[in-house]
Amino acid sequence: MRIDLVARAQRSRIREIAAPVAAMAVAILIGGVVVALMGRSPGTAFDVYFVEPLTQSYSLQAIAVKATPLVLIATGLAFCYRANFWNIGAEGQFIAGGALGGWLGLLTHDGALQGAIGSWWILPAMMILGAIGGALYAAIPALLKVRLAVSEILTSLMLVYVAQLALDWLVRGPWKDPEGHNLPVSVNFDPEASLPLLVDGGSLHLGVLFAPVAVALAALVFSKTLFGYSVRLAGASPRAARFGGFDDRAIAIAVFMISGGLAGLAGVVEVSGKIGQLLPSISPGYGFSAIIVAFLGRLSPVGILVAGLVLALTFVGGEDAQIAMHLPGDLTLAFQGVLLVCVLAADVLARYRLFFTWGWGARS
Amino acid sequence: MEPRSGEQRLNPESAISSPGVVADEAPLLAARAISKRFGSFVANDRIDLALARGEIHALLGENGAGKSTLVKILYGLLSPSEGEILWQGAPIALANPNAARALGIGMVFQHFSLFDNLTVAENIALALPTSERLETIPARIAEISRAYGFALEPDRPVYSLSAGERQRIEIARCLLQDPKALILDEPTSVLTPQEVEKLFETLEKLKAEGRALLYISHHLEEVKRLCERATILRLGKVVATCDPRAETARSLAALMVGAQIKEVRAAGAHGLGEPRLVVAALSAPSPSPHGVSLKDVSLEVRGGEVVGVAGVAGNGQSELFAYLSGELVAGRAEAIRIDGEAVGDVGIAGRRALRAAFVPEERNGHAAAPDFTLSENIVLTGHGADGMTRAGFIDARKALDKSNEVIATFDVRKSGADPLARTLSGGNLQKFVVGREILSAPGLFVVNQPTWGVDALASAAIRQALLDLSARGVAVLVISQDLDELFEISDRIAVLHAGRLSQPRVARLTTREAVGLLMAGMDEGDHAH
Repeated sequence: MRIDLVARAQRSRIREIAAPVAAMAVAILIGGVVVALMGRSPGTAFDVYFVEPLTQSYSLQAIAVKATPLVLIATGLAFCYRANFWNIGAEGQFIAGGALGGWLGLLTHDGALQGAIGSWWILPAMMILGAIGGALYAAIPALLKVRLAVSEILTSLMLVYVAQLALDWLVRGPWKDPEGHNLPVSVNFDPEASLPLLVDGGSLHLGVLFAPVAVALAALVFSKTLFGYSVRLAGASPRAARFGGFDDRAIAIAVFMISGGLAGLAGVVEVSGKIGQLLPSISPGYGFSAIIVAFLGRLSPVGILVAGLVLALTFVGGEDAQIAMHLPGDLTLAFQGVLLVCVLAADVLARYRLFFTWGWGARS
Repeated sequence: MEPRSGEQRLNPESAISSPGVVADEAPLLAARAISKRFGSFVANDRIDLALARGEIHALLGENGAGKSTLVKILYGLLSPSEGEILWQGAPIALANPNAARALGIGMVFQHFSLFDNLTVAENIALALPTSERLETIPARIAEISRAYGFALEPDRPVYSLSAGERQRIEIARCLLQDPKALILDEPTSVLTPQEVEKLFETLEKLKAEGRALLYISHHLEEVKRLCERATILRLGKVVATCDPRAETARSLAALMVGAQIKEVRAAGAHGLGEPRLVVAALSAPSPSPHGVSLKDVSLEVRGGEVVGVAGVAGNGQSELFAYLSGELVAGRAEAIRIDGEAVGDVGIAGRRALRAAFVPEERNGHAAAPDFTLSENIVLTGHGADGMTRAGFIDARKALDKSNEVIATFDVRKSGADPLARTLSGGNLQKFVVGREILSAPGLFVVNQPTWGVDALASAAIRQALLDLSARGVAVLVISQDLDELFEISDRIAVLHAGRLSQPRVARLTTREAVGLLMAGMDEGDHAH
C-alpha cells in the first residue's frame, strides 16, 4: 500500500483552527486508553487532569504561574521557527537568564549595593539582566550558524547541558548560601528582589503579566511591522527574502536573540517570582515543553497564549493525578509528547489530502 | 530518477517492418478517450491520439494544456483515470516505465537525468541490464554514433559536456533499447540552432527506419519543418489534429491559445540616452560548485535601449543576473555602475534605491513568495519606496492599492480580493511580478527569462511592456534563452557562453545563425563541427 499526500488547493481558516482542537481530542483519547491499560478509570483521570484544576482558585493560580514561562518562551520560539531557524535550546537560555538576573538578587542581598538610591531599581534591573543573559546565550548558536554554518539544532541543544551544569556548579560553589547547612542552594531573595504577589496567600505574582504583554507585542510585530514581515518571509521563501533585500544573517541573529531574551526573562521571572532563590535546577523542562506550546499554538502569538494555558493545565492536572490516582508524573510528559505528534499530524492533514493506493501501482 | 532496466539490444535490422505508413494498419501506439483527473482538476479530457510507424507526430499546446500528463500516461509513469492505450491495435496496461520500455516505448525527457561526475559510458551503462559489461559499451556507442550521425566520446565526464551533448546521451540510452516508439519532450529547448539541425537529422533517420516519434514542442516553426501531423491540446482537450505544413505559425498559435495573438509593436522612434548600466570587466565566481563563473564581462545599456543576452541555459545567466541585481556582490565597486554611480559593492536594496528594478527567472519563491498574498508581495521589493513603511510599520492600505494598480494595468487574472501568489497561473503571476517592477518607475530594468513557461498571450503582453518601458527612456537588459524573443524586442544582442559575454551586435544586422555560433562558443570564422 502506498499513501500519497496531495496538497489541498484552498486553505481553509476553519480547518486550520479545527486541526489543533481535533489533535487535542485524539491525544486525550489515546491518553484515556493508556490510563485504562494501567488499570485506572479514564473518566476519573479526565476529571482530575482537565476539569478539577479549573474549579479551584489555587489551581487556577498555579495554571497561570505555570503558563507564564511556557507562553513567554514559546512566543520567542515563534520568531525563530517562523524564520525557519530551529532553536531547541530555550531551556538553556531560560537558565542563563535566570542565573544572570538572579545573580543581581544575590548581589543586593541584605541591602548591599543600594546606598542612597534605594532598592526600586533592583527588580527592573533583574528582569533586564535576565533578558540580556538569555539573548546573549542564544546569540552563540546564531553566530555559529551564520559565520560557520554549524547546525543551530545541535549547538542550541548542547548549550542546554552547559547551562544546566554551570548553574549547578555556581549554586554548589560560589553562590552557595554559607548558612544553608551545606545544601546546594543560594540565599533567599530579599523582598526587593522578589516579584510581588497579586493575591494574598496565593501564588499569582506580578510576572504573569509579562506573558500577555509579550503576546500582544509579538502579534503586533508579526502582523504590522516590516521586521515581522521579513521574519515570516525569510522562513517561507528564503530566496525571495534575499531578493527583497533582507539580510538573512541579521534576521537569524535577531530572532535568536529575541527568542533567547524572552526565555531569559521567563527564567528570571521564575526564580524571582516563584522559586525565590537559585537552585541547581530551576526548570522542570519549560524550555522543551514550550516547543510543544509553540506548535500547538500554530506559531501565532494568540494561539500560543491558549496553548500555554492548556499545557499548564496538564502540568497542574498531572501533579493532582500523582496525588489522587497514583499515576506517575512521567505520564504527563508522555501525554505532552502524544499531543505534539497529534498536532503535527493534524497540521499535515489540514494542508494535504491523503490518497491510499493499494498494491504497488504506477507512480503519480 | 525512475529505474531503468530494459532487456532489449540494439539491432538496426530489428523487427520493425516496412518503413512508411500503411493505411489499413493499426497505429503503433494510440490513446483512446484518455482522461486523467487530479482531485477535481481534469488534466486530460477524453484525448484521442494515434501514432503511426514512420511518422513524426507533433504534440502541441501551451503550458498546462495537458501534454506532459498525456506522455507520462503513454510512458507508464501515470495511470489514466479512464480510457485505454492501444499497442498495435491491442489494449495494454502500462504498470510502470519498465513495462513501456519492454514493449518498445522510449522517452527522452526535457530535464536530463545524468550523473555529472560519471563518464558518458558509465551513464549509459546505468540504463542497461546489469548483465551488460562496461567494456562493451564504447563499441555500442560507436555503433549508434555511426548509424545516426552523432558524435559521443565514451570517456568524457558528463559535467564537461554541453547541453546538446548531454541530450545525445539521453537519446543514445533510449536507442540502445531499440524503441519502436520514441517520445521527445521539448528536445530543442536547451540547444543552439546548429545543435537543433543535428538533432533533426537524427530524427529524420529514425523516422526513415519506420520508428514512430511523438515530438512535443512549442516552437511552431520547428514543428512545421519536421512533422507531418500535429495534435493540438488546449485545457486538457484535443482541439485540432492537422497537418502543420499546411498551417501558418500564427494559425497554429491561435489554435493553441484559442485567441489571436497581437504582434508586438515596435517601440517607435526614440533617441538613445546616456548609458544607465555600465558593466566593466566583471569577473566573479559562481556560488555553486557546478555553476559558471563570470569572466571579464563588459556591457553597456543606454537609456531607451533594449539589450538582449542570449545563451544556452547554464552558461552563467543566473550568475550574471545575481551579480547585476546585487543579490551577490562582486566586491569591486567600479565593476558595475548604475546611472554613473559605482555599485559593484552595494547590495540589491542599495541598487533599487538608484531606481533599478529586477525580475529573476523563477517566479515562485524568488520573484514572489508563493504563500504570501499579492499585496504582501508588493512589499517584497517595494518596502524601500516612499510611504510603503512608516517607522518600521507597513502601510497595508498602500500595498493593497499598489497591488490593485498592478493587477488593473497588466490585466492580471486572479480569484479573490487579495489571493496568495501561488494561486495565480504562471503567466498571470509573471505579469504581476513584471508589472510590480515596471510600476516602481525604474531607470534600469534587468529581467532574466521574462516569458519562461508563460502562455503566448501573456508573453506578448510582457514583451510589449518591455518595449514600452524602453520607449520611456529606461535601459532594459533582457537575459533569455528564447532567440525569437530576443530578435523580436532587442536593439542589440550579446551572447553569454561559459561565463564570457560577446560583443553586442545590432540585432537588425545579425542573423540567428551568427548568434547560434556564438552560443556554441565559436566565432563566425570557425566552422560548426
